[in-house]
Amino acid sequence: MKHTLAVLVENRPGVLTHISGLISRRAFNIESIAAGYTEEPDTTRITIVVEGNEIEQEQVVNQLSKLVDVIKISDLTAVESIQRELALIKVKATIETRSDIINIVDIFRASIVDVNRETMVIELSGDGAKIDALCQVLEEDHGIIEIVRTGKIALARGPISAKAQ
Amino acid sequence: MIMNGAEAIIESLKNEKVDVVFGYPGGAVLTLYDALYQADFKHILTKHEQGAVHAADGYARATGKVGVVIATSGPGATNLVTGIATAYMDSIPLVAITGQVAVPLIGRDSFQEADIRGITTPITKHNYLVKKVEDLPRVLKEAFYIARTGRPGPVVVDVAKDVFAASVDYHYPSEVVLRGYRPLFAGNSETIDKVCEELRLAHNPLIFVGGGVNLSNSAEVFRELVDQTGFPVISTLMGLGSLPFDHPLFLGMVGMHGTYAANMATTECDLLLGIGVRFDDRVTGLLSEFAKKAKVIHFDIDPAEINKNVLAHIRVVGDINWSLPALVQRVKGISGELKERAQAWTEQVLSWQRDKPLQYERDPNLVMPQAVIEKVSQLTQGDAVIVTDVGQHQMWVAQYYGFRNSRSFLTSGGLGTMGYGLPAALGAQCGLPARQVILFVGDGGIMMNCQELATVANYNLPVKVLIFNNQTLGMVAQWQRMFYGGRYSHTGLRGNTDFVKLAEAMGVAGLRVTKPEELDNVLKEALATPGPVVVDIRTPEKVDVWPMVPSGAGLDQMILGGAEG
Ligand SMILES: Cc1ncc(C[n+]2csc(CCOP(=O)(O)OP(=O)(O)O)c2C)c(N)n1
Repeated sequence: MKHTLAVLVENRPGVLTHISGLISRRAFNIESIAAGYTEEPDTTRITIVVEGNEIEQEQVVNQLSKLVDVIKISDLTAVESIQRELALIKVKATIETRSDIINIVDIFRASIVDVNRETMVIELSGDGAKIDALCQVLEEDHGIIEIVRTGKIALARGPISAKAQ
Repeated sequence: MIMNGAEAIIESLKNEKVDVVFGYPGGAVLTLYDALYQADFKHILTKHEQGAVHAADGYARATGKVGVVIATSGPGATNLVTGIATAYMDSIPLVAITGQVAVPLIGRDSFQEADIRGITTPITKHNYLVKKVEDLPRVLKEAFYIARTGRPGPVVVDVAKDVFAASVDYHYPSEVVLRGYRPLFAGNSETIDKVCEELRLAHNPLIFVGGGVNLSNSAEVFRELVDQTGFPVISTLMGLGSLPFDHPLFLGMVGMHGTYAANMATTECDLLLGIGVRFDDRVTGLLSEFAKKAKVIHFDIDPAEINKNVLAHIRVVGDINWSLPALVQRVKGISGELKERAQAWTEQVLSWQRDKPLQYERDPNLVMPQAVIEKVSQLTQGDAVIVTDVGQHQMWVAQYYGFRNSRSFLTSGGLGTMGYGLPAALGAQCGLPARQVILFVGDGGIMMNCQELATVANYNLPVKVLIFNNQTLGMVAQWQRMFYGGRYSHTGLRGNTDFVKLAEAMGVAGLRVTKPEELDNVLKEALATPGPVVVDIRTPEKVDVWPMVPSGAGLDQMILGGAEG
């Protein structure tokens, strides 16, 4: 099963290397990892999606917790949370095909962020499956030139923060 | 007080009560060495940085204090890597201070630049690169704190060359503030109650002690637990010394070269109390067969050790200086009851021990390695600080030396580093000048760091170096004999090295034993000599370590070999 972990770390050089090194050394199955600044300037938040059973998941948490720069880990799997990924998709688009693409974009509630004579860039945020679905339609009907996706980020619903959990 | 970065390091070492550092100078640490000189700080100059780091490790294991090593940038720092990894695997507190190229040169492949922080990330508890002199006091304070607390381990502090020279208004912080590091002492006391309940249900209970008891200096309370419960005890390699070898409940070492009684007891027990152990594969054998009739209770300070290899039915996470006294307290009232319930089982395991003790072939014409160890054990009354290298001799020492004291057996357990022994012994002797320090080493391993004989001579460290000269890389040859049809690919050492001359060339006295009848006198002479001595002991080539659990087999599948009872 998949677990979504919110990992709060010191915002210091080398922390990400530490974490990614540990993950590869211990052969953990990581599906995605996304890092960014938080409401506190000295803290970085990393969302990690791990695949594995309860025991493997516990090992990931325990091993990561041992890193001195890891401040706190909270498992968002069991709590109600909002989970998002962001994708930018550059798709082939001629003047003739544009309107069909716009229709697809509307259906997916995505948005168009760049247009030129040959291509359009579409932005979509949502869960991974939704992004997969959009990519599939665009690829089959129009052809995709390139895709960039972030890893998943997640936030618990309700008033409690990961730091306070 | 205003001072430069190098002086700030010396001040910090003094604040941490460091009484000796091991190291080797070079360009990036010139300023630091100048400060050492001016402060007249005690520094042991080894002949190789690997020697320095193993010496710091031996010092730490023997004394329980943090070992400190200094090396220059680039090759100096990379020469520490094996020693840092050795310390990491065995949870030894070290602080390694390395020089780095100056800040403006970092990242440009400058002369003698190596990313030692990147290189040591997977083998350190934590590491730092210091680019600003203001950070230095805090970083050193944290480094020592992290190395020594919780589950101990090595910390690298890489300091850019210009930082040593930059000036700073020195204040050593009185406290450490680390949001992500709060080593826990006391755990959940309810788990201790649960453990107690399990103790009362068990009919075949077994205590399994590991290095954690030596590392946490808790042998005394551990012994009390054994005496209160009356449960038999097995030990890992690293746990030896926690209980005196001749304690009536001690079954010896468990695992690949464990005793018959220890391995059988593990297989048959219904409750296994693992205390400061990490269930290494050399201990468990085939994991699915390990203690499979038992409920496992796991005491450890490191939560990540729980369920890593063996699933624990009850976990007791916390310092064993918290958990063991708490358990002993509760066990006191039920001591008689526990002993009574375990009595039949205890008698059974002790009969295994009586029926199938460790045994080896005794040949009146050969100097048997096991006999040498027994002799040394007898001459020192189990009271020496024993250091080994890695190989057959290491296993024989674990089996045949009668350890009495905690922290009296220094060996590279987790990493199995050949070349560890000699420098570790010299470090231990620096830390414990009044103790008898004896190194057992193979004729292979002595050559990996034999340069440190010169260090031993220079500082007149009275280490006794007993070389088991069997003309072969014994442990590897044993595997070739057993599993590779006796094809001795590159394990023969039949060379012309004369270890007596080698010792003498380095300024150390050299003795030799070639016949059994010489053993007694030569050993006595060596032990009585005030300074360092090397003894070249000619042991037979084809001797095997028994018992042995073939890799991939369960512990009860051990081959008794020459140890057949
Ligand atoms: C640095 C290092 N290289 C290789 C090995 C693999 N190895 C383990 S035991 C051994 C043989 C050791 O031979 P020797 O030092 O003569 O000791 P003996 O086994 O004969 O007691 C070797 C090569 C090791 N443990 N460490």
